[in-house]
Amino acid sequence: MEPQQLSMFLRLNEVKGELPSRHWRELPQRYRLEASFCPKCSITYFPPREFCPECGSRELERRKLPHRGKLVTYTVMYTPPKGFELYVPYIVGLVRLEDGTYITAQITDVDPQELDLDIDVEAVIRKIGEKGRDGPIYYSYKFRPAVLNGGSTET
Amino acid sequence: MKRKVAVIGVGMVKVDHHWSESLRSLFTKAALNALEDAGIPKVEALYVGNMSAGQFNNQENIAPLLADSLGFNSIPSIRVEEGCSSGAAALYMGLKDVASGMHDIVMVGGVEKMMDTTTNDATFIISTVTDQEYEAFTGLSLAGINAMVMRLYMKRFGVKRESFAKFVVQMHDNASKNPYAQFPFKISLEKALNSVPVADPIHLMDCAPIGDGAAALILCPADKAKEFVSDCVEIAGAWKANDTFLFHMRKDFLTLKATVEASRNAYEMAKITPEDIDVAEVHDSFSIAGFLAIEDLGFARKGEAWKAVEEGLISLEGEIPINPSGGLKARGHPIGATGIYQAAEIVLQLRGEAGKRQVPDAQVGITHNTSGFGTSAIVHVFKAK
Amino acid sequence: MRPKVRVGIEGWGCYIPQYRITVEAIASVWGVPSERYKEGLLIREKAVAGPDEDTITLSAEAAMNAVKRAQIDPLEIGAVLCGLESHPYAVKPAGCTVAEIVGATPNPLAADLEFACKAGTEAVQMCMALAASGMVKYGLAVGADVAQSAPGDDLEYSAAAGAAALIIGKLNSSSAASIEATCSYVTDTPDFWRRAEQPYPKHGGPFTALSYFHHVTFAAEQLIEELGMRPSDFDYVVFHQPNGKFPLRAASQLGFTRDQVLKGLLVPYIGNTYSASALLGLAAVLDDASPGEQILLVSYGSGAGSDAMYIVVQDGVEEKRHLAPKVWDYVKRKKYIDYACYAKWRRMIIGLESK
Repeated sequence: MEPQQLSMFLRLNEVKGELPSRHWRELPQRYRLEASFCPKCSITYFPPREFCPECGSRELERRKLPHRGKLVTYTVMYTPPKGFELYVPYIVGLVRLEDGTYITAQITDVDPQELDLDIDVEAVIRKIGEKGRDGPIYYSYKFRPAVLNGGSTET
Repeated sequence: MKRKVAVIGVGMVKVDHHWSESLRSLFTKAALNALEDAGIPKVEALYVGNMSAGQFNNQENIAPLLADSLGFNSIPSIRVEEGCSSGAAALYMGLKDVASGMHDIVMVGGVEKMMDTTTNDATFIISTVTDQEYEAFTGLSLAGINAMVMRLYMKRFGVKRESFAKFVVQMHDNASKNPYAQFPFKISLEKALNSVPVADPIHLMDCAPIGDGAAALILCPADKAKEFVSDCVEIAGAWKANDTFLFHMRKDFLTLKATVEASRNAYEMAKITPEDIDVAEVHDSFSIAGFLAIEDLGFARKGEAWKAVEEGLISLEGEIPINPSGGLKARGHPIGATGIYQAAEIVLQLRGEAGKRQVPDAQVGITHNTSGFGTSAIVHVFKAK
Repeated sequence: MRPKVRVGIEGWGCYIPQYRITVEAIASVWGVPSERYKEGLLIREKAVAGPDEDTITLSAEAAMNAVKRAQIDPLEIGAVLCGLESHPYAVKPAGCTVAEIVGATPNPLAADLEFACKAGTEAVQMCMALAASGMVKYGLAVGADVAQSAPGDDLEYSAAAGAAALIIGKLNSSSAASIEATCSYVTDTPDFWRRAEQPYPKHGGPFTALSYFHHVTFAAEQLIEELGMRPSDFDYVVFHQPNGKFPLRAASQLGFTRDQVLKGLLVPYIGNTYSASALLGLAAVLDDASPGEQILLVSYGSGAGSDAMYIVVQDGVEEKRHLAPKVWDYVKRKKYIDYACYAKWRRMIIGLESK
């Protein structure tokens, strides 16, 4: 069998025949960690919201989240949902970013036995999966142990 | 509630891998059992809980389908979907229907046919109760969210995996006395501790299984119940509460605010406190969820559920028997049906019909059914009449 | 070629995946003595992209690092040109995704370039022209690859993964370096190619080597002559690095010393990163060089051609260095994998689809 005929099993098992529009809509969040900020309440919402539930304001600003934070907790996935089999075992964690915002993401470039709670982690953009060998590729944020200590934060 | 509501009929099928049964045959059997138990041929309305026939069975529009399979072609039937709490939600809606006076005799049921999918497919389908774009998209399953919480909980309160394993052993102990349970056998502590990891630190023995099942109840106004049965059980309180949908937006990662709010409001409606409760069926989709339920329902302080387990307080003879049916872990968790299985168990307990797993002198019981990781919780309070 | 207005490197960035596979690990699978490659090619190990990495993710991180050093608003980037040989999509440019990730969209022009291993330096030259002409304020040029090689082929020992990026603008007082002049030497030479539907390239063995030395030597000599300089005038010379031997031999043929080559020589530690190779060598030099030092960069791409560039380090380099990880921060961050893991991640296992 020619290698190029191998179909990729790393396929995200979403609705059959789904359009890539669903992922495209989330790109500002997935590529640049864009969040909503309510200037009245000084609250950052990730993912972005239509309005601030605290004060009701619809005038929320777009703001990029900091790219560094601490690992609050994590799990090592052994029984994956369909589409993530190639990555097993992979790590998904809860990160508290430098501004206090929390985010859920895979933790990559690290083995489970090397992980500790409270380590410094930084955001990177990686491949989440693809919809088959002939479908679109999905990229999004993941976190990895920081390469540099005290490195600069994304503005 | 405008008028009091009672449960006059209970019907279940054993939870299992029912290769020969379909979605409709499972529900029909459970429904017929309930009608027989109540001694009536038909009902005026049907509410059925089901999480995902669309994904598990490619079947939507199941309310008329199931009414039809019972030959009830002209009654109003509604399918209720609330993730893992679809069963309790169906009960909640049926309760409102009778309490409001709209109908008198109402069936509430739940059914899930999960076994026509592979494990990874089922894991994915179950993960659709979480946030698709910001949780499931990262490869996180529902077990994964619970596992992140378990790790944090173990670190914060110094609880070891052994404590969780003891809870699992208790669940199996109870299920060994329950003919409707998926796993009607005891297991050793060693077996509970040593199973394959699913989402570390959650292992296979910490997880509710996948299986097929159906259960149904018949409701009627409390003042009419005597016409049908001598022993009826009244629903004295009911409440549904939510929390933030995204796990990472929670104010407290180790408390299910939905459970706290739903239970306190339901207790108030029923004019009880946690101390008055004789038996409880709680949502132990994972052993950590069981611990949080024990705490958030008011049976133990935060971080101290392990004490209640160690000291045997949650056993059938203990101060607060938890999951006499075996719970989601050992009785099984056919998702949309679970809430009804829980209610059925409490009704049997309060009637004194629970056989070998009877909690002595049970007068007040509660059910606790959640969706996702505490995205919402539904608590019902039952009292023996 | 000299731009009419001088251009500078405002920021440089790189990215190398953390995984490594040694020459021994590969050789033991094919039953070949590893010395043949370790000493024959002067390669110890190569960088391997992880299962969640591809040429686009590598490019994105290198580009973000370049933007960090350039200290510019990404919306001022007017061109995003990615030079790659390993395209995740045959049709859909990596440039779009990189532009979106970096935050340059929707304004820039974007395209992917292909010229085997010299596509990155092609991108640099085009950005130079766009910036010098005033058509764009800044151009982002990326050279990146997750290189493909047929199992058991000689190239398997060196085909690696890496990325480097430059932000180019008109020369100013904060520029890290200036690109004073370039020279390209291009012919139609079938020394190494990959047909459209094929997964792995084919090459001409010693013919490929001949082509490398021919083009590299001509481009370098032509530029040095045009500049009226001699090899000893340069502090550093950076070549495209298909293996450790070729750059050293090219240097010696051209009259450079071993010392001039070493700072930019990364292939023994990370393998041949194809379109990133020469630019990564340049990044390693910029990570450490002093203002005023002079660099000759000579890339090579099969097909074939070579771009030679004369680069002078400027005052701005010192304060920019610490703003992003250096080449050696990534090189020394490493984890070894075995061939089984390599085969799984490179999707070389038949029946993968049935899982």
